[in-house]
Amino acid sequence: MIMMKLNCDQATSICDKSQYNEASFLEKIKLIIHMFHCKYCNIYSRQNTILSKCFKKHKHQHSSYLKCLNNEEKCCMENNIKEKIG
Amino acid sequence: MLEKNHILTPEKWVKLHADYLYNYTISRINNHEISKDLVQETFFAALNAMKNFEGKASERTWLIAILKRKIIDYYRKINSIKGKAEVRMNFYDDGEHAGEWIEERVPSSWVSEVEKDIENRELGNALEKCISALPEKYEIVFRMKTIEELETEEICKELDISSSNLWVIIHRARLQLRKCMEDNWFKK
Repeated sequence: MIMMKLNCDQATSICDKSQYNEASFLEKIKLIIHMFHCKYCNIYSRQNTILSKCFKKHKHQHSSYLKCLNNEEKCCMENNIKEKIG
Repeated sequence: MLEKNHILTPEKWVKLHADYLYNYTISRINNHEISKDLVQETFFAALNAMKNFEGKASERTWLIAILKRKIIDYYRKINSIKGKAEVRMNFYDDGEHAGEWIEERVPSSWVSEVEKDIENRELGNALEKCISALPEKYEIVFRMKTIEELETEEICKELDISSSNLWVIIHRARLQLRKCMEDNWFKK
């Protein structure tokens, strides 16, 4: 039974892993047992789910448009290459 | 069947591949100047390695392979800078309370209507601010895993780190992000 016991650091670590569906079955069981008696990790877990939703919702806010170099930067790069080719 | 032999045209590299390479880099590094420099360095390294090009892969594939090495080198460099930007501790390190929450770092309850907030564009800005405030070595891994949604295995390969290392980083990053969002958004 001692093997089943997690501390809060380990419990929240598994909780983070499970946000990506990558926690093992045994890890999830241990986490549930830990949360049964730990108020703080319980709060952490609930908030973690909310945060995951937020990340999903807003991940395209900043990355949906194609990012480009401007013409001046490209021109500069091109010149640098030409210089090296000689 | 005849194997297609690809050739290199360095005078056209910028026109054909600069934006592609830049996009690949910025989605990982999230810093314009550093990404631009890495692309430039990739072109230079490619020029020096032209004689090793066998024409089996396309020009772009070959350039990306060189860029990937550059990104690993960059990640190693920032990863070796210790201390300075370390995330604050959340749990006791040793003693009888080892692994337990440090009192002033415990999560506090958020206002009940947070679920409704999720659509808010301002929330997206707050998230972005908190992600940018992470130490760079955590920020890169976190963005690749959570924002770009790359596979664990792929990230480990791309940054040359172990999966247990990756999960430690994700754990620390998320602890800091939770606290940051609590202080800047959910507690208001």
